[in-house]
Amino acid sequence: MDALSLKTVNDERRARRAVVLMNNFKDNTDRVIRECEAGSITGELGEALRNAFHSGVSKAVVVDGTDCFLNVYLPQPRLVVIGAVHISQALAPMGKIAGYPVEIIDPRTAFASAERFPDVELSAEWPEDALKARPLDPYCALAAVTHDPKIDDYALKAALDAGCFYVGALGSRKTHAKRVERLLEAGVTEAQIGRIQAPIGVNIGALVPAEIAVAILAQVIEAFRSRQSVQREAAA
Amino acid sequence: MQTAHLDESRDPLLIAQDWKDGGRDVALATVVETWGSAPRPVGSHLVIDSEGNFHGSVSGGCVEGAVVSEAMEVISGGEARMLEFGVADETAWQVGLSCGGRIKVFVERLS
Repeated sequence: MDALSLKTVNDERRARRAVVLMNNFKDNTDRVIRECEAGSITGELGEALRNAFHSGVSKAVVVDGTDCFLNVYLPQPRLVVIGAVHISQALAPMGKIAGYPVEIIDPRTAFASAERFPDVELSAEWPEDALKARPLDPYCALAAVTHDPKIDDYALKAALDAGCFYVGALGSRKTHAKRVERLLEAGVTEAQIGRIQAPIGVNIGALVPAEIAVAILAQVIEAFRSRQSVQREAAA
Repeated sequence: MQTAHLDESRDPLLIAQDWKDGGRDVALATVVETWGSAPRPVGSHLVIDSEGNFHGSVSGGCVEGAVVSEAMEVISGGEARMLEFGVADETAWQVGLSCGGRIKVFVERLS
């Protein structure tokens, strides 16, 4: 590998963008392909690249008769939760185990305390400030669970604008209908509204906070594994 | 720059770049294929310098020694090479594949 390819791969990884490093074993040459470029690559290579970006699984492949290796580097998915509530207390350890590390944002310091959330990345700030410091991206999931429009609404719009692979909002259908009105007024499009999972979570009849956390996490995993990847949107 | 979950002090690819920028001769070993109960997944990296310093892993510690010495040869002018190992360690035993897994490791010099 040459040092420039390595630098490109590391730059992309630091910027939380998916990238494939392709090595041709025959002549030991390499090539770096960004996720946004894969959509326009045709034939066997294009197919192999799209599989790699979708699954995140690196593998040896034969492309047009040549042995190659596709090493794919996907950003670590982040599960950003708005609201340091009871559901979040259950969701934090579960997300960590499942490979979706949880970060919690809640400006209410009584809720967002280290005592209630040991070993969790916790930000006792308004989403406006916390998300500016650590922006959302397509490899983030956002779950808004405060019920409070003052806290949830900004984060929901930010998640839709950033193309987060999952956007969910807690609340009944009635609550959500009011939320939709406010978001439309704030400039969110109908298509974006359709991406919000509300009521939140896979329907398993969840009742208590821990069960709701399971339902949310299941929906996050489902969204990640069936996500419309960046390259497909770029190709559309 | 925001690093967002990359472990700057332990990530083999970041270390490889850092060593290279610092003027060291560097080789990179990558797991490119596994069969059976290989302890590290395809795509895992080990970075090695000409003194034999290394970071990362390509197995549970069973073949790193051999990979490091091959990598030092690659650094001192050899061609890139493909290594193949059988892994008959405790991990293999515990998951019921007592015959052990096998891994293929590609070793190349960072140019």
